[in-house]
Amino acid sequence: MDFLDFPDRLWLWAAALSYAVAFGLAVSSIVRRRQHSRTTLFVLVAVGFVLQTTGLYQRGMVMGGCPIGNKFEVVQFLVWSAIVLFLIVGPAFRLTLLGFFTSGLASVLTLVSLAASSWDSAHRSSLFSENPWIEFHAAIGMLSYGAFGLLAITSAMYVLQDYSLKRKRFTGIFRLLPSIVALEQAKIRLLLLGLTLLSLSLGIGYFYFLQDQDAVNPMKFASIGLTWTAYVMVLTLRQARLLRSNLLAWTCIVLFGLVLLTLDPVSRSGQEPSATTGTLSE
Amino acid sequence: MKVPEHLLLVGTSHRTATVAQRERLSLDVSRVAEFYSGLNALPQVDESFVLSTCNRLEVYATIQGANAVEAVTRFLCDFNQVDREEFEQIQQRHSDLDAVHHLFDVAAGIDSQIVGEAEILGQVKEAYILAIDQGTVGSTLNRLIQKSFQAAKWIRTHTALGEGQISTATVAVDLALKIFGRLDRTRVLVIGAGEIGEKTVRALRSRGAREVTVTSRTEATAEALAASVGADSEPIEVLDRTLGTFDIVVSSTSSPVPILTLARVEAALKRRGRHPLFLIDLAVPRDIEPGAGDLDNVYLYNIDDLSGIAAENLAQRNTEVARCRVILEERARRAWSAIHPPRISESGTRTELSVRPSS
Repeated sequence: MDFLDFPDRLWLWAAALSYAVAFGLAVSSIVRRRQHSRTTLFVLVAVGFVLQTTGLYQRGMVMGGCPIGNKFEVVQFLVWSAIVLFLIVGPAFRLTLLGFFTSGLASVLTLVSLAASSWDSAHRSSLFSENPWIEFHAAIGMLSYGAFGLLAITSAMYVLQDYSLKRKRFTGIFRLLPSIVALEQAKIRLLLLGLTLLSLSLGIGYFYFLQDQDAVNPMKFASIGLTWTAYVMVLTLRQARLLRSNLLAWTCIVLFGLVLLTLDPVSRSGQEPSATTGTLSE
Repeated sequence: MKVPEHLLLVGTSHRTATVAQRERLSLDVSRVAEFYSGLNALPQVDESFVLSTCNRLEVYATIQGANAVEAVTRFLCDFNQVDREEFEQIQQRHSDLDAVHHLFDVAAGIDSQIVGEAEILGQVKEAYILAIDQGTVGSTLNRLIQKSFQAAKWIRTHTALGEGQISTATVAVDLALKIFGRLDRTRVLVIGAGEIGEKTVRALRSRGAREVTVTSRTEATAEALAASVGADSEPIEVLDRTLGTFDIVVSSTSSPVPILTLARVEAALKRRGRHPLFLIDLAVPRDIEPGAGDLDNVYLYNIDDLSGIAAENLAQRNTEVARCRVILEERARRAWSAIHPPRISESGTRTELSVRPSS
């Protein structure tokens, strides 16, 4: 039996469950005041990543390109990007609870996208035309969104730690949070990483736009441009010391929420859907 | 492995003896060899292990034959020149499984004066090494002591017994770590030369704080404290200029008015940029205006805050004690059963060692 013959959604369900189990185990440990095993959590997230990669790979093979053709795939790819970055930078940051929050966000987003069948109902087969650079542009763009996702997570951890220290509350999850300084450093690194990736993506997209202006959806252009501008402003204000640390964290959380709302236009090309194929698993 | 007839624990601790009584019973390192030599010369003693700390003197011995308990007790009193009747009043004796359970409790910090403290495990290890050097621990005590280490480590890893600091100085260090992550790159300023401030600085130093500066309204006292904790001193007149360069400020003066006003802290923050500032106000009346704690990136704790956290942590530890005892009892039972299976006497009843204090 060839496991790769399994429907792609089955792999993605398995990945979502793996993230959920990792999150559930960590929650259970925290509730019982036990130290959760970071190794177990990391392995479960890594297993989820492999399963998700397999599912997205199957989609990509059918599509003949990067699977970000509808809202479902964009959410899945965004989570995949965040997990890639977590697996790469997570051990370097050495932030306790980063895996806990990442697995939580990953399980929520993947389960919601799997449950919302309408997100996966239409499929645009001609998203990337035949230009591999456009596919690269899209993939780098999604990776940048993954970095902004991790930035939102570390910002949430910062807000919680700041609240804990200001209000003098150290029970439950508060006792496990990383230091303020470590979180601040992680936030800035992720902000720079996300902006670098998004700038690269925009640069490639711009050359494509010059070649074929009709192929770029104005809504997509506007939403990505606004996202880039917003994060550049955040960085500028922060460097100019005009944005307080706590406000910076809240801004990054709210901005990522807005980014999630713009995912639909981001997944559209300038051309109308040439085919409505339904879910690939059907 | 030779099966010991019985395991005996005889000694005293902070639970039964005053500090003066414990002082007379404490075993100086220079006399350890002599103590072991005399104890193991007793025909009733096979193996022995002595744990002597400021809070306890406990002798663990595998024994056999008649009058073994009496012989060990008498030796202990004679060696320390302690009146036997007085010792009977303050002693604690356990045998077999109870003695193993007690050893496990001690190693895990359950029986400590400050419940859950970790120092005792190091002390048990040091005592164990001394006993090995003297050649007085054999297969039975070796195994039991090793098992007690494992049990103590398990308790520390899997329960909340050792969580949270329970003195104001160490609570302050914990908070500093929550803010800065590591202290070796932080600069500490001490305002005032009070005892509590000194304790806090020593605690910060023990966790890596290297750059410490002391200032006080009286320059001589600042210099004296600086010398005793290995710090620099500076006149209080330069405070406005230097305040912004420090990450942690510990203030414990007897000033009737706040030393660090809101305006002073705000001015310091402008120099600091985005780096957090940890203010520890140990003075009554307070040295730091409470409004400073509302500023972004400023974390202000006064003596009540620190004491409150310490009390919460202690209460939390105490709630864990019952659960830890059950776990340690089970581990002790397994360890004892492995080396000393229950033996049935010819009459069909289990043999028990009587450890009631003899009159």
